[in-house]
Amino acid sequence: MNVMMTGVGGQGIILASDMLSEVMMRSGCDVKKSEIHGMAQRGGSVMSHVRFSERVASPLIPYGKCDILLSFEELEAARYVRYLKKDAVVIINRYRLAPPSVISGQEPYPDVVPIIREKTRNILMVEGSAVAEEMGNARGVNIILLGVLSTFLEPPESVWIDAINTMLKEKIRAVNIEGFKRGRQLNSPVMHNVQGGMS
Amino acid sequence: MKKMLSGNEAIARGALEAGVAFASAYPGTPSTEILEAIASEYPGIHAEWTPNEKVALEVAAGASYAGARSMAVMKHVGVNVAADPLMTLPYTLIRGGLVLVSADDPELFSSQNEQDNRHYARFAKIPMLEPSTSQEAKDMMIEAVRISEKYETPVMLRTTTRISHSLGVVELGKENGVRKPSLERHPAEWVMLPANARVRHPIIEERILSLKSLSDSSAFNSIEMGDPSLGIISSGVAYQYAKEAFPDASFLKLGMSYPLPEELIRDFASRVRELWVVEELDPFMEDQVKALGISCRGKDRLPMCGELNPDIIRDAIAGGRPEAVEERKLPPRPPSMCPGCPHRSLLWALKRNKCFIAGDIGCYTLGFLPPLDAIDTTLCMGAGINHAHGMAKAFGPGKEKITAVIGDSTFYHSGITGLLNLAYNNGTALVVILDNSTTAMTGSQNHPGTGVTIRGEQTISLDLENLVKSLGIGWVRTVDPYDVKKTRKDIKEALAHDGPSVIISKAPCVLLKSRKVSGRALTVDTDTCTGCKVCIGLGCPAIEFRDEKAYISDMCVGCGVCAELCAPGAIGGEK
Repeated sequence: MNVMMTGVGGQGIILASDMLSEVMMRSGCDVKKSEIHGMAQRGGSVMSHVRFSERVASPLIPYGKCDILLSFEELEAARYVRYLKKDAVVIINRYRLAPPSVISGQEPYPDVVPIIREKTRNILMVEGSAVAEEMGNARGVNIILLGVLSTFLEPPESVWIDAINTMLKEKIRAVNIEGFKRGRQLNSPVMHNVQGGMS
Repeated sequence: MKKMLSGNEAIARGALEAGVAFASAYPGTPSTEILEAIASEYPGIHAEWTPNEKVALEVAAGASYAGARSMAVMKHVGVNVAADPLMTLPYTLIRGGLVLVSADDPELFSSQNEQDNRHYARFAKIPMLEPSTSQEAKDMMIEAVRISEKYETPVMLRTTTRISHSLGVVELGKENGVRKPSLERHPAEWVMLPANARVRHPIIEERILSLKSLSDSSAFNSIEMGDPSLGIISSGVAYQYAKEAFPDASFLKLGMSYPLPEELIRDFASRVRELWVVEELDPFMEDQVKALGISCRGKDRLPMCGELNPDIIRDAIAGGRPEAVEERKLPPRPPSMCPGCPHRSLLWALKRNKCFIAGDIGCYTLGFLPPLDAIDTTLCMGAGINHAHGMAKAFGPGKEKITAVIGDSTFYHSGITGLLNLAYNNGTALVVILDNSTTAMTGSQNHPGTGVTIRGEQTISLDLENLVKSLGIGWVRTVDPYDVKKTRKDIKEALAHDGPSVIISKAPCVLLKSRKVSGRALTVDTDTCTGCKVCIGLGCPAIEFRDEKAYISDMCVGCGVCAELCAPGAIGGEK
């Protein structure tokens, strides 16, 4: 199984993909995760690859082999479509962060859904950022989106909660577990149907 | 016990298990997290940030001479800085195991070049190990210490960004206690004057021959026979990519990639029909395989530039055409200086004074991007001051506004000697030291100006203004870059000064707790805003241009620079 997370530096993608890796390792899989730190921390585009199965060779997902894409930002969901396999699941957080050329008024913010739809119709727009705001913790969007993602994967909720408890400091655990559970409810019943088509 | 570790964390863990007692580094992507992990996880290992990589390698060598197992950690270009000690260290007697970790950056994710540091192993005639997983990163760190002590040589552990920053499952091993240091004298082996060094050189040549046998028998070098019609020699992450692309092929997997295992290579070549060498960047192994008289393929099809991936390798070897990918024009999202970054207003002010700005390595290099468009050169750590001095001298006094900008950490790394040269040779350029009290680009590491060590212990805090004065600079002024008007006045005065001048732009990085900005977002009064775009010219990610007016998003941290520049006074207040 190949999962990609995309977004913008500072959105908490590294922690979210670390947690996914931890959960899959605890579930008995071989896991590899790859991403780029460094310059990406300064508001640049960020992409993280997480691969898990009995045995994983390459830490990078080959083109056309990504099963699930979780994008923390709308535009970033469209940047890496070449990695998507046909009918991949694409979860997009409804949140727009204008890149420099849009900020300065040189070009409009693009409509990304049609670009992704060429590869798959399994697109789920979720209100991760809205829920995070509502919970009074805008930075907690990563754990909410991880909650959404978790509903497409095998490990039961308890394994995720255990991982959160081990990986986070005590004073931020409760709010993150709440956010994770809120995220799990954001998955719509329609999208549950695609689970059967994935291996 | 199993744990998910990045390659860097695994190297730190390997240091613990190998009984390493001393670790030194200068921060540099993708190597930085190794020393951070040691400092935060393993209190028994002495860890220190050094001002630069040359110091890092030399202090580690000193610890090794005292009998302590030691390591020096750096990014690929850092090894250039440490190349002077590196080339002679193998002549000297290594007591405690000494490992040089070089983290290379194929694809230049965060570097000024993508040099292939495997050449350094051959150049310095030292053994090299190349992990292809986090597990191997840990195991090879231990093996590197063992080889170093057994063969009395420094050992290079070479990673790349995809190894250093990828996570994998690692089986943890037993911790090893550190050895007690002891003072010994070995003047014939440690004093490298010509008579002694001449005696030591043949020892290196003999050692490389014994290391070749070690390479042939090393558990890290192995043949994995599969389909004999395709044989692939590979190392590092390229091995994993090739395995992904051709799971059924035969492999000679090399973990010890210098010196190469000649017998093993001959044996493997004789057992496969078509032989390929798959490696990132230079044909380092391929050239050596060909020098053995073995014909093979590799860089005739595989790219020399950038990182590889399974698709590139598959297309190169299978001879297929790369899948045509529809190029989509999406707005790019390059990294940028943070909202409220104190570098922004300073660079804007220099630009307004029509200065030529020789840059350096750090966050301020991002001032190159539009709309600031403020950096005119960037070569390597510390080069900016020297560029400016050379240019100013070429033009003669007073003709051009030649300036250099350099961060505080970069100044301590290799800017001091350049500034001394500028003062000594009666230079005229203006040097601006962007003192944000941290090593920001690599994620906020301490340095000699911050007053604390890597572990947060209190220490000296270098007085920058006095340092600059004692280097011989007569005109020095410390400015607050958020006060744009005053800063512009000081820049004008500095440029008019007859002789060298230094401005210290002092304001903590906005990612630090000590930052001076309020953290509360400003707003635009759209009735007052004329849409003049002066604020847009700052290139602040928090200021957008919407419906012909400026709009400030909640990314704003309230530094107030845009409000100061806004002629109609449309920006102000807090949300």
